[in-house]
Amino acid sequence: MNASLQQNSAPSQAIAPSRRTEFWNGFKDTFPLVVGAVPFGIIFGALAVTSGITAGGALAMSAFVYAGASQFIAAGLVSNAAPVLIIVLTTFVVNLRHALYAASLAPHMKHLPQRWLAPLGFWLTDESFVVVIARYTKTDPSPFKHWYFLGSAVFMYSNWQLCTLIGIVAGQAIPNPSAWGLDFALVVTFIGMLASFVRNRATLIASVVAGIVAVLAHGLPNQMGLLVAAVLGIVAGVITESLNPDEALKPIDKITSADAEALS
Amino acid sequence: MNEILMIIGMTLVTIAVRYPVLVLVGKIPLPPAVVRALKFVPTAVLTAIITPAVLYPRSSQIELGITNEYLIAAVLSSLVAWRTRNVLVTIVVGMASLLAWRWLMSVL
Repeated sequence: MNASLQQNSAPSQAIAPSRRTEFWNGFKDTFPLVVGAVPFGIIFGALAVTSGITAGGALAMSAFVYAGASQFIAAGLVSNAAPVLIIVLTTFVVNLRHALYAASLAPHMKHLPQRWLAPLGFWLTDESFVVVIARYTKTDPSPFKHWYFLGSAVFMYSNWQLCTLIGIVAGQAIPNPSAWGLDFALVVTFIGMLASFVRNRATLIASVVAGIVAVLAHGLPNQMGLLVAAVLGIVAGVITESLNPDEALKPIDKITSADAEALS
Repeated sequence: MNEILMIIGMTLVTIAVRYPVLVLVGKIPLPPAVVRALKFVPTAVLTAIITPAVLYPRSSQIELGITNEYLIAAVLSSLVAWRTRNVLVTIVVGMASLLAWRWLMSVL
């Protein structure tokens, strides 16, 4: 896109935010989610080394996999000596939600060259998606919205690496993180994010079915209950929506509070 | 060795659900059935992670009573998330209510 070539153009904040402004706004708007990720990253580091992953392995996982929920679950599976294939399959299903994020963002990013799409694709997380899709769906014609994404992604990524390192080092210092309620940080962050996804009858039913099945299937080995619950939740949502065809017409990147208000 | 395999496998499947979709959807639209199913993935996966963590906080024993501070905190933070749609406020209320309820249960 020509936008990224205009390195020497004069700043024009009056008309549209500059690259720097977009980057900084992405950084700032991601701050609340970074706060939520701090204890979670530290616990991941601490949990990984106590579950039998090496310190180098934990750092590599944060650097290359970079998907918190699946890293957390993988650490739990390693401590139960689960086979590698099960761990990779669970990672796939847990991270499949990123495909929705990518599909929602893609129409806004199709003008970008590969040197932007590759790193931003790699850095796509729950947290950055929630922040960045809100920026992309604002109607102002800023050509630098990908700089906003970059600001969000760089902040999340560097914080995640730092917190993993702190967790590995502090693993011995905090022998029992759940005594401080730190094990709840991931859960409560997900509760906060879930509110923006549950926005009509079909998503509510998907959530309820997945929740009930996850509880009933909790005893299955190797976290298989999670996979079963996720699949049945998705099926329940699709069926509900097919019975209410009006909802099926809503575009996937329209996350509005009006939908939620209609339910309450 | 197993650890390296695990990390490579996790890296590949995670890249596979992010990057190709980001590149391809801009050029070729996804089949409507896939889009429809994908719409429910975050809701279903997040809920499937949240509920067992809240209801089985300590062991394989389900805890449905008011002595389960995770359940109390999850209910309160869900209400806050629903009303405010603010993740930071939700995190603060959730963590504070977890610790407050745990303390309350310990002194009663």
